[in-house]
Amino acid sequence: MKAAEIAVLLNEPACVHNKKDKAGCAKPKPGATAGGCSFDGAQIALLPIADVAHIVHGPIGCAGSSWDNRGARSSGAALYRIGMTTDLNEQDVIMGRGEKRLFHAIKQAIDDYAPAAVFLYSTCVPALVGDDLAAVAKAASERWGTPVVAVDCAGFYGTKNLGNRIAGEAMFTQVIGSREPDPVPQAAQRPGIRVHDVNLIGEYNIAGEFWHVAPLFDELGLRILGSLSGDARYREVQTMHRAEASMVVCAKALLNVARRLEEDYRVPFFEGSFYGISDTSQAFRDFARLLGDADLVARTELMIAREEANIRSALAPWAERLKGRRVLLYTGGVKSWSVVSALQDLGMTVVATGTNKSTQEDKQRIREIMGEDARMITDGSANGLLQAFKEYRADILIAGGRNLYTALKARIPFLDINQEREFGYAGYQGMLELVRQLALTLEAPVWAKVRASAPWSAAKRIGVALSSTETDHG
Amino acid sequence: MAEINKRSKALTVNPLKASQPLGAALAFLGLRNSIPMLHGSQGCTAFGKVFFVRHFREPIPLQTTAMDQVSTIMSADENVIEGLKVICERHKPDFIGLATTGLSEVQGVDIGRLVRQFRDRHPQFSATAVVPVNTPDYSGCLESGYALAVEAIIATLVEPSLTNCAGRRRKQVNVLAGAMLTPGDIEAIREWIAAFGLRPVILPDIGDSLDGHLVDAETTPLTLGGTQRSEIASLGDSIATLVIGRSMCRAADLLLSRTGVPDYRFDHLLGLDACDAFTMALAEISGQPVPAQIDRQRAQLQDAMLDSHFMTGFLRVGIAADPDLLVALGQFLAGVGAEIVAAVAPARAEVLAEMPAESVRIGDLEDLERAAQAGRAQLLISNSHAAQSAGRLGIPLLRAGFPQYDWVGGYARTWVGYRGARSALFDVANLFLGNHHDTPVHRSIYWPDGRGDQEVRPTPDAGLVCH
Repeated sequence: MKAAEIAVLLNEPACVHNKKDKAGCAKPKPGATAGGCSFDGAQIALLPIADVAHIVHGPIGCAGSSWDNRGARSSGAALYRIGMTTDLNEQDVIMGRGEKRLFHAIKQAIDDYAPAAVFLYSTCVPALVGDDLAAVAKAASERWGTPVVAVDCAGFYGTKNLGNRIAGEAMFTQVIGSREPDPVPQAAQRPGIRVHDVNLIGEYNIAGEFWHVAPLFDELGLRILGSLSGDARYREVQTMHRAEASMVVCAKALLNVARRLEEDYRVPFFEGSFYGISDTSQAFRDFARLLGDADLVARTELMIAREEANIRSALAPWAERLKGRRVLLYTGGVKSWSVVSALQDLGMTVVATGTNKSTQEDKQRIREIMGEDARMITDGSANGLLQAFKEYRADILIAGGRNLYTALKARIPFLDINQEREFGYAGYQGMLELVRQLALTLEAPVWAKVRASAPWSAAKRIGVALSSTETDHG
Repeated sequence: MAEINKRSKALTVNPLKASQPLGAALAFLGLRNSIPMLHGSQGCTAFGKVFFVRHFREPIPLQTTAMDQVSTIMSADENVIEGLKVICERHKPDFIGLATTGLSEVQGVDIGRLVRQFRDRHPQFSATAVVPVNTPDYSGCLESGYALAVEAIIATLVEPSLTNCAGRRRKQVNVLAGAMLTPGDIEAIREWIAAFGLRPVILPDIGDSLDGHLVDAETTPLTLGGTQRSEIASLGDSIATLVIGRSMCRAADLLLSRTGVPDYRFDHLLGLDACDAFTMALAEISGQPVPAQIDRQRAQLQDAMLDSHFMTGFLRVGIAADPDLLVALGQFLAGVGAEIVAAVAPARAEVLAEMPAESVRIGDLEDLERAAQAGRAQLLISNSHAAQSAGRLGIPLLRAGFPQYDWVGGYARTWVGYRGARSALFDVANLFLGNHHDTPVHRSIYWPDGRGDQEVRPTPDAGLVCH
């Protein structure tokens, strides 16, 4: 990929980050960098498309430690969980046999697994050697009649975020718009309900959490034409240009797809979230508004009233237990405020939130929700988080999986909010899982036992410096 | 002698292999106050970190030189020097393990020269040992990367002794611990050696750094246990070196030539015969009789072999693992009557010829699944990724090797020693008991109305993964 193309992808006009003086993201610092690469980001964005053969073209480092390690769920096809890689060896690299191996690899995948399509992910080594994935994809596609899509996402191009964009760009230019939608099945038509086609962008169905929300789409007559990429199928992604509205879920990463759908196909979009009662309701209201269907608006309000009443009564006993508990939230971007409202719905106090990846707009939302004295944390290092935890007298840390063991080693309760988690929190029903997981860790009887030192030890509690104990003894 | 069948497919499906840089990182994580840094793009490190964090359920120190588009094309030498400097300034480690990746190797890096340059430019960081190692991920596997790193640790930190000091510390023995050993294994080996009144110096010692124990310190940017600098400096004074795993042989050769300390080499420590050989060596080195408790453990293992031979006998097993572990498990199970019907390794190694199976396939978990199906395997042994295969085959999985992300405590499991072998036998036997298929029911044509009772349906086992 050319440097100019990368610059274009980094410059996302629809992204609020761009409105400040910030040209892309800061250069990573050797020896002090965390986070994935562009290949990682591209793979995360597309892997949940369940009936596609996802082939990672490169040596084993890229696929070997990353295949089948995310929580995205499929309602049927399971091909996406089969790890595929050309596993380039030394001879392939030295002799320049990578392209040839890739070509045969595509045939093998088609012969053995009959995929709806084959996606090829480029990685650092073939990018450096100069393998032409687009040419291989074209040749293979013509030869075997299965769509083959090249995603040019070598790790050294940049961050995970850039990889998301590259993936979105590949979908928009190579897949979306290549097929017309199927008609709505006659059996699914209900009198008085006009079916609207919508897209979800940036929803990954982690731990199957979207299934908490999906039945409500059916109820309202919203057909999910295509999703990027939770529980998606290739044929559906092809038709996303015909949707009447798109929702960008909880992330800025695939904003480019939504924007280009609007520009080229006049599909309007909004940004929203399914975390928390109020945000879930807001998402449905936004759909109804964009679709401009008065009957849908009315039915949406009825559905929201019913669901909110149900979930609030179901949450009441839990809220009693969680009320007043103090939360330190450290997560990026949109989630920095969307989760806040979910927690406030429960009567919990969010003492501070991380704003590293948040936009000015996100920060404004935080101030609206948490008040003007909202504390925002930018130091996400283990020490920084623990300092803030103590300073604000928090009871629990809610953050991404990478901070899990930071919390546990410091003996503090933790809830995982990111992609690798095992539990789904989306929608009204997801709140029940959320409170269960919150209570489970907050109320665990293990904390007292792991904080106390052994009965034969001089120090009574961890945290009492040994030196001060020694001083006491003179 | 097993026949070795080389990789035969263009596409690797359901990879078994983990990369060489990960193996190197694992070895460096067995050193105290250490942090590995992979010279590559930041993804190489991010994937590796997640891989180990999920396996060990521990925070894992791992850094990257963060090669980007410009440094990949122009030169990434400065990334290495800056990365080393940043880590030294921030964390003052005793060790930095510097491993290359496919990306930096294809670019063409002279990693040794960069370390020398770093030394010249930043002499103030001389207290930190930097160990460079070439570990491209387009060759070898986790085990070979680990072995290369151990060899590099010796090459960098063990001075050739002009006068032979071997045996100056009469109670100290070196252990070169191969990649197949878990922290639980290392602990068992430590106790085994101590039972003979000897003091082991284990290199690398992931038993001390990755065993998962709570410490008072709330955060640790470096490893909080492992082999110490001073211990590595004293390897030449030991009375003997115990080498565990054929993959450690090159490192052992180097240590032997540098120190002259005589060594005893073992392919593995699984099962009665292997344990006996190790015990005999310890008795010989220490000059002590075998302690009574080891006799007792041995007798317990023998008893367990009798109890479980009804289940392990003729048991058809499919195994996929890195070469040392594959052969260890194969010999252990063949030694109790099991039949290895499928054996897959991710990369070639000399030791594979010793596998008690007709053939060993260099391949992936798809190969394991197909061979296991063809050989009507009753049990699979491999990492967590094989759970999908086991589910499709409807047979149980015993988890071994890397990674074990869907299983708590795999890292703590002890396979070696008499007690380790005993509990492994119990587990294999129980997996068989929980899954063996009864003879299909026959309902006679002469029974009117099917005798009026319901047909007994066998318990559904498709998709069942018991272990």
